[in-house]
Amino acid sequence: MTQLTPEELAEIRRRQRSRSLAMALGLGALVILFYLISIAKML
Amino acid sequence: MTMASKAFSPAVALPADWRDFIALTKPRVLSLVVFTGLCGVLAAPGSINPILGFTAVLCIALGAGAAGALNQWYEADLDALMRRTANRPLPAGRMDRQSALHFGVGLAGFSVILMGLAVNLLSAVLLLASILFYVLIYTVWLKRRTPQNIVIGGAAGAFPVLIGWAAVTGGIDLLPVLMFVLVFLWTPPHFWALSLFINSDYAKAGVPMMSVVAGPRATRLQVLLYTIPMMVAAIAPWPLGLTGQVYGIGAVVLSAIFLLLAIRVGVSSEADPAKMRAERQLFAWSILYLFGMFGLLVADRALFA
Repeated sequence: MTQLTPEELAEIRRRQRSRSLAMALGLGALVILFYLISIAKML
Repeated sequence: MTMASKAFSPAVALPADWRDFIALTKPRVLSLVVFTGLCGVLAAPGSINPILGFTAVLCIALGAGAAGALNQWYEADLDALMRRTANRPLPAGRMDRQSALHFGVGLAGFSVILMGLAVNLLSAVLLLASILFYVLIYTVWLKRRTPQNIVIGGAAGAFPVLIGWAAVTGGIDLLPVLMFVLVFLWTPPHFWALSLFINSDYAKAGVPMMSVVAGPRATRLQVLLYTIPMMVAAIAPWPLGLTGQVYGIGAVVLSAIFLLLAIRVGVSSEADPAKMRAERQLFAWSILYLFGMFGLLVADRALFA
């Protein structure tokens, strides 16, 4: 198995964190959008 | 490349940065697509709930982004050969192809389904058609086979105004069809002006652009020849009574400037790409022109509708 250097490991963790955060923000925005669409469709 | 990936060459593939997924959607192309789609929504008669109008434009953006991602997934080998595209996430090695494919397919499916459920069926069908046209007809079929690639492929970029219009009205009328034709006929002079001054890039990658296959002289003539029907399509809504004077006079002025720049390209015999000022000016103006034409359409409809 390939041995990761501490720099590589830190970079992987940083990217995982930033992708998770982007995903969370995207999903949060979709929740709000779906809620608003539901309201708009009822009007 | 990102600073982090520049700093060292890892022994294992790093997960792609979220910014690389954004880059996969071709954000600069997206801005024009979103703008024409938004103008389709704003220029259409009738009204749409602002949330649903926003959703329609969002779906157009997501669908176009998906098409861009799938285009980059398929063309990674070509992109690696061209200076303009070599730093994209796939050819630069910042992302694996499977991630790009999953992202593109997922985004395409999501955008079409959301459009169908939140807006209407016709706009969802048109969105799906535009994605499939760009990916299958243009990217897979035409781009590597014929110098007419961007002529036919131009239809893909012309869809957003139809989609925006259909989102509001649930149908298609003559005005959005003319705007569709305008974008369709605008695409060849726009791309061929670009191809004249990056011809060596296309030749190196083996892309049969008009300038590579037929040479610069024939390309210059074609730029001029396509500009004339493009102008007709641009101005036609005014005499047909579909728009008012704001659009009509604006279209005449903007199109006349386009024609003058196209004539300069047509009569030029400059062979050095670094000195192709007329070609660069036409390319730059063509982008402003399309923003201007659609801006005029919305302004005109707001004033006279």
